[in-house]
Amino acid sequence: MIKVKINGQEQSWDGDPDLPLLWFLRDEAGLTGTKYGCGQALCGACTVIVDKEAVRACITSVKDVSGREVTTIEGLHPNGDHPVQKAWRQVNVPQCGFCQAGQIMQAAALLMDNPKPSHDQIREAMSGNICRCGCYQRIENAVHLASTGV
Amino acid sequence: MNFIDNPRKLRGFEKHVRVEKISRRSILKGLGVTGGFVLAAPVMSRQALAYETGAGKMPHGVVVDPRVFVSVAPDGIVTIIGHRSEMGTGVRTSLPLIVAEEMEADWSRVKVQQAHGDEVKFGNQDTDGSRSTRHYLIPMRQIGAAARTMLEQAAAKRWGVPATEVKAVNHEVVHSASGRKLGFGELAADAAKESVPAIEGLKLKDPKDFRYLTKGQVGIVDLHDITTGKARYGADVRLPGMKYAVIARPPVTGGTLVSFDPDAALKVPGVEKVMKVQGWPWPSKFQPLGGVAVIARNTGAAIKGRDALKLVWDDGANAKYDSVAYRKELEEASRKPGLVVRKEGDADAALKGADKVIVGEYYIPHLAHVSMEPPVAVADVKGDKAEIWAPVQSPGGTRDDVAKTLGIPEGNVTVNVTLLGGGFGRKSKCDFALEAALLSKELGAPVKVQWTREDDIHNGFLHTVSVERIEAGLDKSGKVIAWRHRSVAPSIASTFAAGTVHQAPFEIGMGLADMPFEIANISCENPEAAAHTRIGWFRSVSNIPRAFAVQSMVGEIAQATGRDQKDMLLELIGSPRIVKPAVKDLWNYGEPQDSYPIDTARLRKVVELVAEKGEWGRKVPKGHGLGIAVHRSFVSYIATIVEVAVDDKGKLTVPRVDTAIDCGTYVNPERIASQIEGAAIMGLSLAKYGEISFKDGKVQQKNFDDFQVVRIDESPVVTNVYIVPPGPDTPPSGVGEPGVPPFAPALINAIFAATGKRIRSLPIGKQLEA
Repeated sequence: MIKVKINGQEQSWDGDPDLPLLWFLRDEAGLTGTKYGCGQALCGACTVIVDKEAVRACITSVKDVSGREVTTIEGLHPNGDHPVQKAWRQVNVPQCGFCQAGQIMQAAALLMDNPKPSHDQIREAMSGNICRCGCYQRIENAVHLASTGV
Repeated sequence: MNFIDNPRKLRGFEKHVRVEKISRRSILKGLGVTGGFVLAAPVMSRQALAYETGAGKMPHGVVVDPRVFVSVAPDGIVTIIGHRSEMGTGVRTSLPLIVAEEMEADWSRVKVQQAHGDEVKFGNQDTDGSRSTRHYLIPMRQIGAAARTMLEQAAAKRWGVPATEVKAVNHEVVHSASGRKLGFGELAADAAKESVPAIEGLKLKDPKDFRYLTKGQVGIVDLHDITTGKARYGADVRLPGMKYAVIARPPVTGGTLVSFDPDAALKVPGVEKVMKVQGWPWPSKFQPLGGVAVIARNTGAAIKGRDALKLVWDDGANAKYDSVAYRKELEEASRKPGLVVRKEGDADAALKGADKVIVGEYYIPHLAHVSMEPPVAVADVKGDKAEIWAPVQSPGGTRDDVAKTLGIPEGNVTVNVTLLGGGFGRKSKCDFALEAALLSKELGAPVKVQWTREDDIHNGFLHTVSVERIEAGLDKSGKVIAWRHRSVAPSIASTFAAGTVHQAPFEIGMGLADMPFEIANISCENPEAAAHTRIGWFRSVSNIPRAFAVQSMVGEIAQATGRDQKDMLLELIGSPRIVKPAVKDLWNYGEPQDSYPIDTARLRKVVELVAEKGEWGRKVPKGHGLGIAVHRSFVSYIATIVEVAVDDKGKLTVPRVDTAIDCGTYVNPERIASQIEGAAIMGLSLAKYGEISFKDGKVQQKNFDDFQVVRIDESPVVTNVYIVPPGPDTPPSGVGEPGVPPFAPALINAIFAATGKRIRSLPIGKQLEA
């Protein structure tokens, strides 16, 4: 039995310990905010925060997060008012929106690590997250806005 | 075979391809099934409004009925139906916003409800062809005005005053003479009893009184849900007892399953069942390819189970499809005369007599859509009833196809439209929903079919592959006197009819036969090309290769004659005029020529605007270059200037992009900018990396590592968007797609300016490193 804390709630899993965290979150725990985009850690749509680090849930197994704390988009802020979320809305970032949970989690992790990233640092830190709609200019601006106060 | 002459043979094709001359519509409309008033096409009478659109010719045409689209609750909440699919353009916000504007509803008290697939009730729902605003601006205004009028009539009756004395203002109706007011909620029950006013008598708002339209102040309705993970896409639908499925499909288009061994898959924890999926022979429109499904308690187990399957396929007739060999075929075909689709003057003679002939042969390979949400659908089939939840661009077509596939009446099928995690044309094909329906029927349980990214790339409906060969003949003064453009590419029609070797009229009308230059001798030709995989619509469709070729050729002519690219472009466009190509039934995106002519004044205007705002001719650092391109598509006009920087090692960066768009009358400039910014990224992706190639009939790429798209660290530093202010009666035109086509040629022209290297084959790949 694997125990993992997700958004502050203890969850347990007695199935395949190698099950990717992504599918545990989405199909078993019903937390569908974390998205599947590639399954190979190439696109970042499944980004969640484990302890204080952004990880790709598609290549992280449930047993890898045993005893650790996982934060998904649903748990980032109780009212959805994390500075990154607010900045995202202020800049009108999303088009289709599908990649945005992963983008937001990646940006939130970046700001925990580096509260005032430069534009180059934002571009570097966010380069693992693909947006096929091409919202990059706004993503960059929103991360910058979140870092300077929304 | 010309499929346009055989529409009955291609039922369904008629419905989904933007082909003119569809008569089935008027019959369906005459049935008046909703009980509301269903308009005869065309919707807009020229007396009342300044333009007509092709909306009435779309399957099931347009329904203008406030009782279908608007409801007002006693608490004042106004619910407006969004009947088009939201894939990122903002349409789920902008169409209801038009209704709210016209009915004087307060947007903060409006809820948007997504329509299920029902074209008899809602009118056409095919969200493609950059058509939503252009077909629905006026109908949505009429719906809003009709609802407003009903509320006003109800208030006037309540007060016993003439309706002319009352006025709806911001969610209430006021009688200014007496100072009385009633909220929309208080009037809801009475207003519902009012008869729906005739469209001809409706008074639309003066645009100067607009509160929302053209202002760009309203965020998309799903913004909060998207940023908090609550937005529901197709993949997010969960039903009690739902099973999770992934499917192993034939690796070669048209291949079939010979045998399979499920034993190892069944040993994977969480896997419950392995079963065959019915397939259809190629081509068969959007019907499933067939294969073997692994059913599990979660998607992860299903994927792991599929990896363990032992499968034997018969690869079928396309087993030898090889992109290297196929390219040679296309190139050879482009060097010989082909079916002439436009002829003006005598291009052959003029080319022979020309002082100089410039030849460009341009290649663009297959592309995959790779929307961030791969295809996915949930189906729950019980007896002769089916319910579908899916991110589909064509809810009506999906309903139709599910009914046919299961052999049940269309009325027994409910298609719930979720948000689409990107579409780009891929989700106009509902094969994934059909797969889910077939599996659910057999399992007797709800099932979700999830495509992996590899599935999306291996088994999609790809953008065509093409060779575009242009020969331009110049006289002694450097004036272009002859133009021969041969376009060779497998047609989308090949996905509907075996043996198709020519482009369909709607493809010929995308930048080939509608070429706007003022040249005396023109020949546009379409040599034969057979398809060996499923070809489908991809955002901007044939405009991508055509604009790449035509606008690169402009750069080549400027290069050969030592002229400025922009001056050369304006010279070729020529005088401000209406271009009427010598083409029988030119497609024109399904729009009437009178309202949507090919207007070179507008084409010139976007070039001049982008040149001014984008500071064409500005001094750029060493290693940088500027390129320009313009293209009319989806009846909009767009010009782009790209600045590139290429370093000593051939590394390409894009410091700045400027784009001017004339999309006529518009609704939300903020979303227009967003679409154009995104189009630059998609244009850069396809130019830099975009290539799906085949060997032994199989796609060679598999995921985002070998089918790359642009990431944030290589995206343009800044993209500026300029929108041409429309005239008072300029019809609305497309926004979602037109931004893509001019990007690649502007980029390529910029690369030439920076490096002296002329790239004629996409993707750029490592060509700059050589």
